Amino acid sequence: MSDPAAFPRIAPSGVDGLVVSFADRFDDAANRAALALRAEIDAEGWPELVETASSLVSTVLRFDPLGTHLEAVEERLARHLEGRDWSDAALPEGRRLLTIPAGFDPDVAPQIDEAAEAAGLPDRQAAIDSICTAELRVLTIGFAPGQPYIGQLPEAWDLPRQRSLTPRVPVGALGLAIRQMVLFAVETQTGWRHVGQTAIRLFQPEAPDPFVLRPGDALRFEPVSAARLAALTDDPMGGAGIGAA
Amino acid sequence: MRVLEIRSVAGTVTVQDAGRPGFLAQGLSRGGAADPVALAEGAALLRQPAGSAAIELMSGALTAGVGQPTRIALTGAPMRATLTEGGETRPLAWHASHLLPAGAELSLKPGPEGGFGYLHLGGGIATPPVMGSRSAHLAGGVGGPLRAGDRLPLGVDKGGEVDLLLDPLPRFGGGRLRAVESLQTRLYGAEQIERLQRTPFRRDSHGNRMGVRLDLGGAEPFAAEGGLSIVSEIVQPGDIQVTGDGTPFVLMSECQTTGGYPRIATILPCDLPIVAQAAPGAELTIRLVDRETALQALRDAARALADLPRRLRPRVRDAGQIADLLAYNLVGGVVDAARPDHIEHPLHEDPP
Repeated sequence: MSDPAAFPRIAPSGVDGLVVSFADRFDDAANRAALALRAEIDAEGWPELVETASSLVSTVLRFDPLGTHLEAVEERLARHLEGRDWSDAALPEGRRLLTIPAGFDPDVAPQIDEAAEAAGLPDRQAAIDSICTAELRVLTIGFAPGQPYIGQLPEAWDLPRQRSLTPRVPVGALGLAIRQMVLFAVETQTGWRHVGQTAIRLFQPEAPDPFVLRPGDALRFEPVSAARLAALTDDPMGGAGIGAA
Repeated sequence: MRVLEIRSVAGTVTVQDAGRPGFLAQGLSRGGAADPVALAEGAALLRQPAGSAAIELMSGALTAGVGQPTRIALTGAPMRATLTEGGETRPLAWHASHLLPAGAELSLKPGPEGGFGYLHLGGGIATPPVMGSRSAHLAGGVGGPLRAGDRLPLGVDKGGEVDLLLDPLPRFGGGRLRAVESLQTRLYGAEQIERLQRTPFRRDSHGNRMGVRLDLGGAEPFAAEGGLSIVSEIVQPGDIQVTGDGTPFVLMSECQTTGGYPRIATILPCDLPIVAQAAPGAELTIRLVDRETALQALRDAARALADLPRRLRPRVRDAGQIADLLAYNLVGGVVDAARPDHIEHPLHEDPP
């Protein structure tokens, strides 16, 4: 973690929130700690909270500011954090492994070759192999409903975001930057390179469980041809398989 | 079942209630009415539950009718409201309840100041809830704007008085926004925080349900120590992000849930309706308050909402009444409905 002495750090966020930060930049151990803390608090079911969430390196607790004293939540939180080595937190239990078919042909993944070159990889196949064999998980879900930040890719993929935004990538696009990927849940503009395309719909508001992914889920991408990908577009799950992680 | 028949619609017109809290971890912001006070005022005017769904018009326009007499209430930013029946058109007072006769046509057009106007219906709108709410969440892809030909089912209305008036709670025309410190406030240093509080910001023309940009009006941009390289964090409505060009950007009810821009402060939830209802160019100032003051402000706001039903008064049908004059004056207004002052395009700051 960034400066082990300074973390975990508790700070208020707005009038109704507390944030526990485990680092001030992305760090795999800090992400595991953020996921673990949220899972523990949810499992204990703290009645003073209305909602919890985790982001890349922090956990957020929300409460009713008029019904609950900030100091009381802060104190309970500090007690929970105390005396633990959070750099060694295990991932939450009950994680799932999702295997998601993805196309990497340039007609559906227009920046795969450019990204491979920027990463110093010999060719497209090497890039596909690297992405599809990496041990990946949902680091956090955010920005748009059901949309995961996925990591961490090998160091070669530490590519900066593009200066100019791509005006539009489709739902299901895989964007890549800073050793992470975003699997887009909505059509959007982005500074991340469009390196792959899936057929999965991560947010299905009318479904009994509207969100396909959960923070901490393990992910694997399975390379498929453009023709196979096209055949999967009728399936909201885009051909994804779900098993135990 | 009674229905409201939408005959024509322009701009961003949606069904809104209090939104769907609880999905922050899944990337979905609460959404709901941009001006929750207007929602409460409509419920008070019709004496129905505060969670009743209504129609929100973001500088939009609408004509609609009903097959059976239906109580309505008009709240939020004043719009030009008229009722046409039997070839005769008369203006309707804003901040008031009325009876919409069967076969009559209600017309709502943008008022002089823009902002969010609300049409409430007796019994509330009874479309099937999605994930616990009837609100459209445009950025998240839940529901969508209303279209001509839509028929909105209405809930059972136990009936009640109409022609009631309510002086709206003060929140129009800009003003002072109370805020508390946020995660990155200290990265700005005392000088910038002092400057934040004495800068007369103007509400920029860029604004929608996701966020509102504050125009610096020639003031020096704000810059956090350490630049922009902060790790993405969870953000919420009320957070004031400082974007790459040093301009404050206030996140609103339908905002994204994570952001990588530093947050200089967080506006109190009870003051966000002021941002929502400020017309482009309206002056907005920011005042940092301590936690005790913030909590007292929340308590006062909650009390003011609870008090609304006691503030209702009958509307006297007298041309001299201020509310009527307002309505008549608006009819003569010169707002061009084809050029709403809200710019409708994605205002996602800091996309991944």
